[in-house]
Amino acid sequence: MLKMQDISKIYRTDLIETYALRSFSLEVTAGEFVAVTGPSGSGKTTFLNVAGLLEDFDSGRYELDGTDVRALSDDARSRLRNQRIGFIFQSFNLIPDLNVQDNVDVPLRYRGLAASDRRERITSALELVGLASRARHMPAQLSGGQQQRVAIARAIAGDPAFLLADEPTGNLDSLMARQVMDLLEQINEMGTTILLVTHDPELARRAQRNVHLIDGQISDFRAYEPRPAPSGAADAAGAALA
Amino acid sequence: MLGYYLRLALRSFARTPGITVLMVLAIALGIAVCVMTLTVFHAMSGNPIWWKSDRLYAVTMDNWDPSAPFDKKQPDLPPPLMTYKDAKYVAASGVPLRKVIMYPVDATLSGTGAAPLRISTRATTGDFFAMFDAPFLYGGGWSAAAEDPPQPSIVLSRETNDKLFGGSNSVGRTLRWNDHEFRVVGVLDYWFPRPRFFDLIGGSFQPPDDAYVPFAWGPALSLQSAGNTDCWKPETINNQQDFLASDCVWVETWMELPDVATRERMQTLLDNYWAEQHRAGRFPRPRNNRLTDVGQWLRDLHVVDNDNRVLVGLAFAFLAVCLINTVGLLLAKFLNAAAVTGVRRALGASRRQIFTQHLVEVAILAVLGAALGCLLAALGLAAVHHMYAAAHLGQRGGYQELTHFDTVGVAWAIVLALVATLAAGLYPAWRVGRTPPAVYLKSQ
Repeated sequence: MLKMQDISKIYRTDLIETYALRSFSLEVTAGEFVAVTGPSGSGKTTFLNVAGLLEDFDSGRYELDGTDVRALSDDARSRLRNQRIGFIFQSFNLIPDLNVQDNVDVPLRYRGLAASDRRERITSALELVGLASRARHMPAQLSGGQQQRVAIARAIAGDPAFLLADEPTGNLDSLMARQVMDLLEQINEMGTTILLVTHDPELARRAQRNVHLIDGQISDFRAYEPRPAPSGAADAAGAALA
Repeated sequence: MLGYYLRLALRSFARTPGITVLMVLAIALGIAVCVMTLTVFHAMSGNPIWWKSDRLYAVTMDNWDPSAPFDKKQPDLPPPLMTYKDAKYVAASGVPLRKVIMYPVDATLSGTGAAPLRISTRATTGDFFAMFDAPFLYGGGWSAAAEDPPQPSIVLSRETNDKLFGGSNSVGRTLRWNDHEFRVVGVLDYWFPRPRFFDLIGGSFQPPDDAYVPFAWGPALSLQSAGNTDCWKPETINNQQDFLASDCVWVETWMELPDVATRERMQTLLDNYWAEQHRAGRFPRPRNNRLTDVGQWLRDLHVVDNDNRVLVGLAFAFLAVCLINTVGLLLAKFLNAAAVTGVRRALGASRRQIFTQHLVEVAILAVLGAALGCLLAALGLAAVHHMYAAAHLGQRGGYQELTHFDTVGVAWAIVLALVATLAAGLYPAWRVGRTPPAVYLKSQ
């Protein structure tokens, strides 16, 4: 479903070249919950950006649902991102002058769905995260945990196959963080594949598989014991390819 | 999506009202200055009788001094006026569909009960009205039979009729023109060709005359031209007959030549006449007989001079400065919101969609700029109009007549604002679409 082979990503300046990802290979199957860990600067976010088609890579091959993404135009990549991938960010990244409902509506707009379909999806997503009653609130009127739940609703409203979460609890207290993780687990159990970048060992432990990055490469080191795969998840879950 | 982009644009304006106002003002100022200049330029350079300008020809023959051209700046051009005898000769030709010889005279109107009125009168042949499409409110012109000997027929302008007869149908009424009794045969409707192509000598943007009488009245009453009379050789002129026979030029001559064949026949007639006169000792300069259409006539007589062209250039330069400022503001605004754009890209917006979204915002700015620009241009032109009107003590004519903001001006404003602002907005809209989203997602 997500297959990266020998991916390299280099950041260049006039003086130096920095490998953010070096011969990086990973295969993630449908329904997996994978935690990506590693020290700062190890390439976690770069991996997530490449996986989410937000950044290009310099070499290697990346297939998403069997499609070689390198050959795609910007329009096609954007369409794929819009239809197959949901993003959750550490700093929520809600659009401040749109209310909750309109924030959740953004990816649905770009998909070109009819108004009634969009309304239905927004309501379902907000109900799932427990914020249906806050649909008209502005982001600034919500707590951090609530804002992140709105971001999760926005990410899942389009029913994506992948959810890419970059430190989703990094700006939350432990109680809120737990709630968000509960929600992510719930979403994963519904069949959505989740790639979670985190520093937090507690959170990583709740994933089925841990991919540890050092200097842009997958390390054999596994810091945490992953949780067992949920029933119904793909059999291949946990079969890491490093 | 267009409705969605419109909503986003309005939210964007609400988020940054100061910058929005600045941008609209910059566009509006640039547009207003351009539209004001273009309105005047358009009025000056427009062909007021374009629908038949290729049928109407000014007739000129170079009878001037063999040692110096009439106009040293344009030595290849003959004098713009003709001698009386040459004008009479060509006007007697049966080749043209219509022909007009004319000159302006000053006159006094009285005998209507109102105070005597000092007016400008055009002594002209009767084809004048049909040839130049002058519209009649009442009555009509005079027939060819009324010209020789001249009948006391007079056509009034609408303004003169308003002054003398309160705007009522005065056809058949009598009045005294230069102390001779004349009968009103027609009243023109409002008519103000700009520029006054048929008589550019007396001022390109003066209104047409107050009254019109058969041409022959001028010479018969020994009325001198109120326009130009130019002579080049020493001649003994003791009386009106001497003057009419002289080589002084003072008669304007126009012809309506409906097709190429007629035009060629007329040219041949002129050339033959020139050859005959040349053999008799006249026309000492090389043969230079011209039939000049309206467009070329306006160019030859420099209706639009270089100053006006420079002014239009400066106005566009000012617009460019305004737009460069707008580009700067747009770039600052769009890039300041690049984090939100990054989020939209992450959520599935393509570069094209981001570009379109921002271009819609630019288009709204353009429309607002055009609307305000129209208003400012209208106010500016009104101010210029009043300024010139005050300088002319309320009289008609002159530059104030060029300062009417009409539908052409509005069209200019809208087209200019849309094209210029959209062109200016292309780069910022493109640039924000190219911004890599990942840079902003972590840092927002």
